Amino acid sequence: MKTISGNHKVSIRQSWRENVLLTVIYMILAGTAIVVLYPVVWVILGSMNPGDTISSTTYLPERLTLSHYVSLFEEKDYLIWYKNTLFIAFMNMIISTVLVVTAAYAFSRFRFPGRKQGLMVMLVLQMFPSFMGMIAIYILLLQMNLLDNHWGLILVYAGGSIPFGAWLVKGYFDGLPRSLEEAAKIDGASHTSIFFRIMIPLSVPMLTFIAVSNFIGPWMDFIFARLVLRSNDNKTLAVGLFEMVTGRANNEFTTFAAGAVLVAIPITILFLFLQKYIIEGLKAGANKG
Amino acid sequence: MESPMTIHPASREQRSMKTIVSVALSVIFMGLGQLYNRQIVKGLMLALIEAYVLIFWSKPIMNGIWGLVTLGEQVQIRQRGRIVEQGDHSIFMMVEGIIYLLALLVIICFYIFNIGDAYKVRKRMEEGISVRSARQSVKYAWEKGYAYFLLTPAIVFTLFLTILPLLFGVLIAFTNYSGPNYLPPKHLVDWVGFKTFSNLFNLRAWSHTFYGVVGWTLLWAVLATVTTYFTGLFYALMINVKRIRFKRFWRTVYILPWAIPAFVTILIFRNFFNAQFGPLNEYLSLFGIAAIPWLSDPFWAKASLVFVNTWLGFPFWMALMSGVLTSIDKDMYEAAEVDGASPWQRFRTITFPLVLFATAPLLIMSFAGNLNNFNIIYLFTEGGPVNIDYSYAGSTDILISWIFKLTLQQNQFNTASVISILIFIIIAIFSIWNFRQTRAFKEEEMIQ
Repeated sequence: MKTISGNHKVSIRQSWRENVLLTVIYMILAGTAIVVLYPVVWVILGSMNPGDTISSTTYLPERLTLSHYVSLFEEKDYLIWYKNTLFIAFMNMIISTVLVVTAAYAFSRFRFPGRKQGLMVMLVLQMFPSFMGMIAIYILLLQMNLLDNHWGLILVYAGGSIPFGAWLVKGYFDGLPRSLEEAAKIDGASHTSIFFRIMIPLSVPMLTFIAVSNFIGPWMDFIFARLVLRSNDNKTLAVGLFEMVTGRANNEFTTFAAGAVLVAIPITILFLFLQKYIIEGLKAGANKG
Repeated sequence: MESPMTIHPASREQRSMKTIVSVALSVIFMGLGQLYNRQIVKGLMLALIEAYVLIFWSKPIMNGIWGLVTLGEQVQIRQRGRIVEQGDHSIFMMVEGIIYLLALLVIICFYIFNIGDAYKVRKRMEEGISVRSARQSVKYAWEKGYAYFLLTPAIVFTLFLTILPLLFGVLIAFTNYSGPNYLPPKHLVDWVGFKTFSNLFNLRAWSHTFYGVVGWTLLWAVLATVTTYFTGLFYALMINVKRIRFKRFWRTVYILPWAIPAFVTILIFRNFFNAQFGPLNEYLSLFGIAAIPWLSDPFWAKASLVFVNTWLGFPFWMALMSGVLTSIDKDMYEAAEVDGASPWQRFRTITFPLVLFATAPLLIMSFAGNLNNFNIIYLFTEGGPVNIDYSYAGSTDILISWIFKLTLQQNQFNTASVISILIFIIIAIFSIWNFRQTRAFKEEEMIQ
């Protein structure tokens, strides 16, 4: 009898403690949600605030306006920057993915003199800070007449994506069973058709990761875009937006906010859709070797 | 066209003599050995290639290497402000020199291949194996060389856009390429050996900045990694509590900072922390707190950097760890509970080790990534506030953003390059260590 009532008391006390704990957790979660969402909401509201500067951005504006979005397109070169970035991102995605996947296939499925050395070189190359070669790239592009040219930037991005990407995809290819290829080889399939008919369809998740990360890269990159692209007509979004809020006057905050919203929306949606692949890809990247 | 032929086995001395002759002939001139081995088409092709290289390429290659060694001798001459003599441009000569050096390496590799080929063919002939005809050779090369065919584009890109610039970057460290006195085309650049390295450590103007920046870089990397990691773990644990509802909702909200392009958020926060106009100080003033100089005081600038980085970085760990947490076997917890383990003990002995085990490689990579996290530093504070004790660096500059300033704003190319070599060494140590750890991890998994 005694033990039963004792247990009962304990369980009541436990459930009470658990409820307190739950309340605390909910409070923390809600508080963090506010911290996370605050800057997002602030910028969206800022982009619709009348006035130009941050100081005129109030949390509860008297009225909302879309005039900053209009001026982005009418007064600023925003549309041109957007097109530039989209073009560079898209081309980089295609070229990088092709380069990475062909190299990875060769490293994964063929044994040839120089293979080991090639893999080691790629591993070492990943460790260099990417813009250590900045000056040389600048001179090279200058001599090839590719400075202030989108293709110059695309080449730089594509070249830089190979070492990391090839290792990643090679690791993934290594994990695919070979029995299918061997069967296809017996049926007389060529290397090329094995590559397109078997390897590619089997590695869609990894290819998605490579393609998406190469597509998103140019939207985020600031260093090389600033180095290569000079004229206003060729700028990418990252450079254009940075210059809007870092000038001395800093009086274009609301227009910047509108621009930021328009960049963030597509990238965020793309990311949320593909987050599963992205997390998997990053995990694989850390475990290579 | 030749046809496959069989050679009658010869006596041993004759054999080794013939092998030596064919190898020696290939050493003297490409293709001769093959001709001696009666592979006429292949031999002629190889000989033609060498002749072509000798006639058209020997002079540029010699010039290129001369340029690389001397870095130019003719100084630019100006009279009354007009350029009379253009002079040598040391840096262009250096880049060209490296390109020709790489080309020479490719040719040497090809030459060695030619010698090896002559040797192998002769060996096959002596063993009585039929020698491939030209057509068969082509087919064989296609089969065998398919991997090289696949790799060619990647090799070309990597060679020109990664390896060449890096070689150049490394070489710059051993020159005096810096403003204002050694900038082409006005001046020549010279090799100076390890002088730039010793200046960085010994000249007070450099060493003081260097040690200061290194200290903050390491502190930053540790803080940035630890805060994001544990914040991520904290939220993953909370969302994973059994009775918490709307798990999907919380996860989606918290993943937002990762999903929104980082440069956008960093620029937003830059304005948010703006001491004069930013909303943060406005709110603080509502509570009667005096304005805090967020970005112009070294301490507050560093603190806000760490905060913004946590905001940006914790979702990644949260998402990753949520996956790990859901995959942990529930039986373990029940067993621990039966044994009377407290929640803290369960966390310390089951949850944390398992999470750490699954995320350790990424943790190390993220530390290495934070060492070089240029974007957040440059976009948020631009390295500022100004530090008058430092040469060309601000209070929040980490090594990589200091390099950026040295290169693009101050023309101190040689010092920048020395620092990047040092960064490379640090990162290489981490990566190699990490690489070994993952191997170890894999083997351990197999044992279990």
